[in-house]
Amino acid sequence: MIHIPILRAGRSYRSLKTVVVPHIKTGEPLVEVSQANRGLIAKDLLDLPLHKHTLSQRTIADLIAMCKDAARLFTSSDLPLDSGTQSPDDYIKQVSGTTGLPEVLCQQNMGKIQGVLENIETVLDGLTRGLDLQILDTGWGIQKDRTMSYVCETDALGAVLPSNSPGVHSLWIPAVALKVPLVLKPGREEPWTPYRIAQAFMEAGMPPEAFSFYPTDYPGANEILFRCGRSMLFGSGSTVASWVNDPRVEIHGPGRSKIIIHEGQNGDWVEYIDLIVESVSKNGGRSCINASGVWVTANGRKIAENLAGRLSQIEPKPLNHPEAGIAAWANPKAAHSISALIDRHLKEPGATELTKGERVVELDGCTFLRPTVIWCEDHEHPLANTEFPFPFVAVVEVPASQLVESIGATLVASVISGDADLIDKFIATPQIDRLNIGAIPTNQISWDSPHEGNLFEHLYRQRAFQKKN
Amino acid sequence: MNLTQKIKASRTALDAHVREIINWHFNPETGCPFWLEYAENLDFDPRKEISGYADLKCLGHFEDEWLRGGPVRRWVPKAYTDQPIYVFETGGSTGVPKSRISVRDFQIDYEIFSKTLSEDGFPPGSDWLMLGPTGPRRLRLAVEHLAQHRGGICFLVDLDPRWVNQLVRYGKNEELDAYKNHVISQALNVLKAHDNVQCLFTTPKLLEALCEKISLQKVGIKGIFCGGTEMDAQFHRFAREELVPGIDFVPTYGNTLMGLATCKPFDPADNYAIIYYPPQPRAVIELVNPDNPDEPVDYGETGRVMLTTLTKEFFVPRFLERDEAERAEPIPEYPWDGVENLRLLTELQESVVVGVY
Repeated sequence: MIHIPILRAGRSYRSLKTVVVPHIKTGEPLVEVSQANRGLIAKDLLDLPLHKHTLSQRTIADLIAMCKDAARLFTSSDLPLDSGTQSPDDYIKQVSGTTGLPEVLCQQNMGKIQGVLENIETVLDGLTRGLDLQILDTGWGIQKDRTMSYVCETDALGAVLPSNSPGVHSLWIPAVALKVPLVLKPGREEPWTPYRIAQAFMEAGMPPEAFSFYPTDYPGANEILFRCGRSMLFGSGSTVASWVNDPRVEIHGPGRSKIIIHEGQNGDWVEYIDLIVESVSKNGGRSCINASGVWVTANGRKIAENLAGRLSQIEPKPLNHPEAGIAAWANPKAAHSISALIDRHLKEPGATELTKGERVVELDGCTFLRPTVIWCEDHEHPLANTEFPFPFVAVVEVPASQLVESIGATLVASVISGDADLIDKFIATPQIDRLNIGAIPTNQISWDSPHEGNLFEHLYRQRAFQKKN
Repeated sequence: MNLTQKIKASRTALDAHVREIINWHFNPETGCPFWLEYAENLDFDPRKEISGYADLKCLGHFEDEWLRGGPVRRWVPKAYTDQPIYVFETGGSTGVPKSRISVRDFQIDYEIFSKTLSEDGFPPGSDWLMLGPTGPRRLRLAVEHLAQHRGGICFLVDLDPRWVNQLVRYGKNEELDAYKNHVISQALNVLKAHDNVQCLFTTPKLLEALCEKISLQKVGIKGIFCGGTEMDAQFHRFAREELVPGIDFVPTYGNTLMGLATCKPFDPADNYAIIYYPPQPRAVIELVNPDNPDEPVDYGETGRVMLTTLTKEFFVPRFLERDEAERAEPIPEYPWDGVENLRLLTELQESVVVGVY
């Protein structure tokens, strides 16, 4: 069986405590993952200032060049894994095997990670809004005749990561280029991607000290969040509850991303159906940037019926099928309980399911949830503004006057409207994290635009600086 | 005597001990009100029916709920009513804690355990620091007695694990850290001020926290007696290799109902596995099928811990603990069954807050 070790500032360590993750389809053990005990993490993290210092010795220009090398290595080279190597094809099969994401989608996510690495200059430019990056080498500099200084607020970026989709790892990658070492806690089913990214970076010449990788339990994860000056935490409910008021921790909870269409009875909603289908179902509907709501001012029922017809065509397929578009569930019990929860909520008045047939489907040894479209007449119905990690969408009709107030916290909103006043209101509301104006899919990412918080602002603080000549 | 003979002799001694304890607890002259009343509801006389360990089956399983609430004197054997009585609590983060009485058991248990400690690691006459759960627990007095029994004085630092449990339950990370620092700084004061402190009792988490602040080797600690259910092979290795290299590190497992189990002497061939042996015949651990506790599991197999405590102060027949482990073979030092890789029952692992101090 393949073994994934801990990385202690780049040094492999095989723990006596391991977790075996099975293949989702066969149930056979696929990988044994070394688990870090909490105290080991605590002890290691005392040395973070040293690792930060080592990484800081490299110039940003060097680090950018290494990111580009890492892009190539990540997607096309055999990289160290256990006592052997892992090819890109092995990687795709392994990620799919433990997470249930179809191989073709794993391939697409691989491309997304490559994109961030390859386009790291554009990404950093977007995050820093055009800062002359040499300023981060020297701590201060002059840009556009202004003296500027930025100070890094942490010796490392901790990341407590999810298992839902490999693409999510593109969020923490820029930290290394910004001279901040990484302390990664992978999700139980997805140790593969962060480990492979770290290997690609080290192969590209990055200081190994910049990469700590600790598969661990809940106390171990808390230790990372407690000891890293800045962290990102993925999860919801009780996982994040004790950290929501800690400004050192950036919480990545449910997205509740939405497409908002403001139009009259004779609107052109039909032309947006492709956009909605893509936003809801791309990447298996697993990401927080997938739309889970379509909020409209008219024709709600018609849109929902049309959408149900289209999304129903996406049927579960074997994980290695080239057209597979829905992910299997690593934990079939979770699929059944989510489906049961939806059924329970449907008993409350105000919502109707428009997709037909069984929601839970067994195929090729895997459990799937088929796309589900809910028509909500009541925007306060429990299914109106919720999110599940499969192609689930609620179509909600609300008067234009209530749109902005009723959408709630939304990670990505794509607003389609010809009403300039309404658009101004959407621009003004702090409820939306990323705002798209016009027919832009919620899952479309622009490399030069910060996404899900601004990592640079999380890691660095601008300060006043004067120097006497 | 070879191992087989030792195993047989220990079994014979256990059966004789069971008869003695049954005769004691079910005798109106010496037994406690609880067991005497219990016997009144049986359709047999335990003193006649129970002639060895295997016969304890006829008493069913001890229920720890019986220990919740009073009157606590129903547990005091008549023979000890004129003795000073201690009461020790277990659990108690919420609701009424379970309590057991003790007269000298905790001292006897730790005197027996003392024989297993090396003189190099735990030099006679050296002083101790007890850094662990205090309050209404057996541990605080027991460790102090151990130090005194070995000719030392025991310095104590208070720790309230119930408060720690509350902080963990409500996610109060900063308060938890502040409390930890408060406890650790007191321990550092003791270590810096008293040169003769060479022995330490603590829990894995507090040991880690202490080692962040100080080199225990440099302040003269020679032996560490460390207990807690969160001890596993990985922690054992981490402690020996990285936290306290060069210091005699002795993992133990104790609880209020059983007493103190000792760890198999360190052998690199065990790959840091933690293998405990109960203080037989005072206590016996059997590993049983969780679905059928009458069925012991085979060596190497996983089973639920079933504890029997057999002292003149306290009788606990066949109590099903909330722990599981693998059954370990007898060894010459302990020619009876041991338990390896002791941990919380798998079915409880998600729902219970344990080992937080």
